[in-house]
Amino acid sequence: MSATTTFRALRGVLITVVCAVIALPIIWMIAAAFKTNVQVTDPTVGLVFSPTWDNFRNVLADGALAHSLLNSLVVGVVSTALSVVVAVPAAWAVGRFRMRRTGSIVLVARIIPAISLLVPWYYMFAQLGLVGSHLVLILSHMFVSVPLILWIMIGFFEGLPVELEDAARTDGLSAFGAFLRIALPLAAPGTASAAVLAFIFSWNNFIFALILADERTMTMPVLLFNFMSYASTDWGGLMAAATLMTVPVLLAAVFGQRFLVAGLTAGATKG
Amino acid sequence: MTTTTTRTSTAGAASTRRTRSSDTPFVTFEQANRRLKWALLAPALGFVGLMIAFPLVFTINLSLTDAFGAVNAGNSYVGLQNFADALTDTRRFWPAVGRTVTFTLGAVVLETVLGLALAMLMRKAFRGMEIVRTILMVPLLATPVAIGILWMLILDPTNGIANHLLGFVGIPPQEFLGSVSQSLPTLMLIDVWQWTPMMTVLLLAGLTTLPEEPEEAARVDGANAWQRFVHIILPMLRTTILTALVLRGVDALKTFDLIYATKGPGGGSDFEAETLNVYAYGLTFDYQEYGLASAVLVLFTLFIVAIVVVLRRRTERSAS
Repeated sequence: MSATTTFRALRGVLITVVCAVIALPIIWMIAAAFKTNVQVTDPTVGLVFSPTWDNFRNVLADGALAHSLLNSLVVGVVSTALSVVVAVPAAWAVGRFRMRRTGSIVLVARIIPAISLLVPWYYMFAQLGLVGSHLVLILSHMFVSVPLILWIMIGFFEGLPVELEDAARTDGLSAFGAFLRIALPLAAPGTASAAVLAFIFSWNNFIFALILADERTMTMPVLLFNFMSYASTDWGGLMAAATLMTVPVLLAAVFGQRFLVAGLTAGATKG
Repeated sequence: MTTTTTRTSTAGAASTRRTRSSDTPFVTFEQANRRLKWALLAPALGFVGLMIAFPLVFTINLSLTDAFGAVNAGNSYVGLQNFADALTDTRRFWPAVGRTVTFTLGAVVLETVLGLALAMLMRKAFRGMEIVRTILMVPLLATPVAIGILWMLILDPTNGIANHLLGFVGIPPQEFLGSVSQSLPTLMLIDVWQWTPMMTVLLLAGLTTLPEEPEEAARVDGANAWQRFVHIILPMLRTTILTALVLRGVDALKTFDLIYATKGPGGGSDFEAETLNVYAYGLTFDYQEYGLASAVLVLFTLFIVAIVVVLRRRTERSAS
C-alpha cells in the first residue's frame, strides 16, 4: 500500500510541475499585456503589480488590429461553415460506403508543404482577380479545414451503428434521407468538435494570409507579425495583441476540452 | 462522446420499434444508391483535387525552367538544372536539409518520450484530471506566431525572465534565439513545449482503448511496472505511437510560423535556423527564384512523402 501512496504523491508532484511549465508562459504573456513598458522589460517584476489597460487601449486605438480581428473572424467562420457543408456529407459517404481509400486521398493535403501551393495559387487567383480578397483567404483556409473535418467525421460516422439507418430505410426513407434525418443529428456533437477545431486552425493560420491577403483583408497573425517588425520594443503592446489572439482559443480549451480531445484523437487512434 | 452514446441508444430503441411493423426487403448501403456516394463525395474531392492538381503541375513545370522575377515572362526550359543546382549546393540547401532533419528528429523524439511519460502518469483517474486536460489543450490550440513572440519576450537575453531565473541557480545569461549556435536547439525546445501535450492527448486516447487483461496477467506472473510497460503496454500501443509520429512528424518537418516569426527571413543572419521550408519561402518571395525554389519544393515534398510511406508501412505491419 505504501508503494501506491508514494506513486500517487510522486505523480501529483510531476503532474503539477508539468502543468506549471505549460501554463506559466501563457500566464506570463497575459500578465505582460497588463504591465507598463517599464515593468514588462524588468524581470524582477513578477506576477504582482497594479494592472493597466493602456496596452489594450493603444493597440486598439488605430483600428487596424480590430479590423484584422474582424477579418480573422469572417474568414474563420465562413471557411468553417462552407467546409462543414462540403465535408460532412462526404465523410458520411466514405464511412457508409466503405471508401476509406478514396477518403484518404485528401490526406495528401496534409502532407504537401503549403509553400509549394502559394506561388501557383497566387498566379491562379491573380488571373481571376481574387488576390487580396476575403474569398481567396476563405478558399485557402478551406483547403486545410475540408480534409480536417472529413477525417474527423469519417471516424464519427463509422462509430454510429448502421442498423439505425437500415431501419429508417426499411421504413421508406432513401439512403440520403437516412443520412439527413438519422445520421446527421446523431453526428451533431462530432460535427461541433470538428467545426471548432477547423475554426481554430483557420484562426491560427499565418502563411496563407501572409501571401494572399492585402492591407484590407490582413488577418490577425499577419498583423501581429508585421507589428513585431516595426514595434519590437513595444513588448506591452505586442503581448496585448498576442493575448487578444489567444483569448478565443483559451475559451475553447476551457469550455470545449472534451469535444476537442474527441476531435483531435478521432483520426489518430484508428490509424 | 458520452452524449453520442446516450443519444444513440434512445434513437436505437425508437427505430427498432418502427422496423418491426415493416417487411420491406433489406437493401445494403452498397445497393441503395451507387450514384449518391459520388454525388456526396464530389464537392469535397473536387475542391481539394482542384486546389492541389493545378499547383502540382505548375510547380513541377516551374522547377524545369529558369523562371526568375516573374513566373510567366520569358522562361525557358533548363531540364533538371535546378535539381542539380540544389543537390550540389552545400552552402544553403544541404545545411537546410540537415537543420530540418535535426529539428524534426530532436523535437519529435523528445515530444514522444515526454508525451508518453505524461500519458502513463495520467492513465489512471486522479483528482483534478479535467483541469490538467484543459491546461494541456492550451499550447496546442494557441497561435504559433503569438507563441513565438511570447517566447521572444521570455528568452530576451537582457530583459527576459528566463535568464533572470537561470541566475538564481548560478547559470550565466544565455543568448538563446540571439545566438547562432543556440537558435535551433531553442526553437526545438519551444516546439517541445507546444506539441508534447498533443502527443500526450493522442497517446492517452490510445492507452484508454487497450485491454487490461494482458497487463493484469503479467502482474500476477510477477512482472514489475517497468517490465509491464516495456513488454506489454509498448507493443500494444505501437500502432498509436506510429500514427502519432506520422501526424507530428509531418507537421514538424513543415514548421514555418514559429521559425519565421522568431528568426525572420533566412532563419537569421547566418541562416542558423533556416530549414527547408524557410529556405524555399525565401527563394520564392524574397528572391523570386521561382525555378530553383520549385525544384527545392519538389524535393522537399518527395522527402516528406517518402517518410510518410515508410512509417505507414510500419504502422500497417504492426497493426496486422
